[in-house]
Amino acid sequence: MQNYELMVIFTPVLSEEEFKASQKKYIDFITANKGEIVHTNPWGLRSLAYPVQKKTTGIYWVLEYNAPSDINEKLKIQLLRDEQVLRHQVIKLDKYAVEYNTRKRSGVSTGTEKAVEG
Amino acid sequence: MAKANEIKYLTAIKTEKPKKKFCRFKKYGIRYIDYKDAEFLKKFLNDQGKLLPRRLSGNSLKYQRKVSEAVKRARQMAILPYVTDLLK
Repeated sequence: MQNYELMVIFTPVLSEEEFKASQKKYIDFITANKGEIVHTNPWGLRSLAYPVQKKTTGIYWVLEYNAPSDINEKLKIQLLRDEQVLRHQVIKLDKYAVEYNTRKRSGVSTGTEKAVEG
Repeated sequence: MAKANEIKYLTAIKTEKPKKKFCRFKKYGIRYIDYKDAEFLKKFLNDQGKLLPRRLSGNSLKYQRKVSEAVKRARQMAILPYVTDLLK
């Protein structure tokens, strides 16, 4: 079992229900493949730093999960087939990353604030 | 007559030493660099969105590698631009 973080950019034309439905689709896919969802965080509509597929905005969604390592290839096929997905990225989280994410979620300072000022 | 051992300089010599640079990750104990935090990553970029060298940022090699990885991830996910002008 490994900790992973998936970030997906959906097309901006999705309605609220369609966005929820696609989130549910991937969450169900992961749980069906013996994975566990740690946290899901829909960022919502954001402007992109550069146009992707001629779109200047996208709906971001970040999902943290815990799953066996063979899941990612299967998940990739699903994501690439999905026409609502502009881009996706799966990151393997190390123990510091997991700690950072839990601290960020609970609102405890992550230590980066001081470094930003300095 | 000026003394023979008196040395004259054309420009004033610098008396104060330049401030010692430090690795902010080591100093503040940051172990993970989040690619989702664009504002933080902008500390390590110049106006064109290029990564600053270690010579300027003062990062240790270990964390410079992590910064560059985080910046590249952010660029792929359109959080940071690949090329731009006037980033800040």
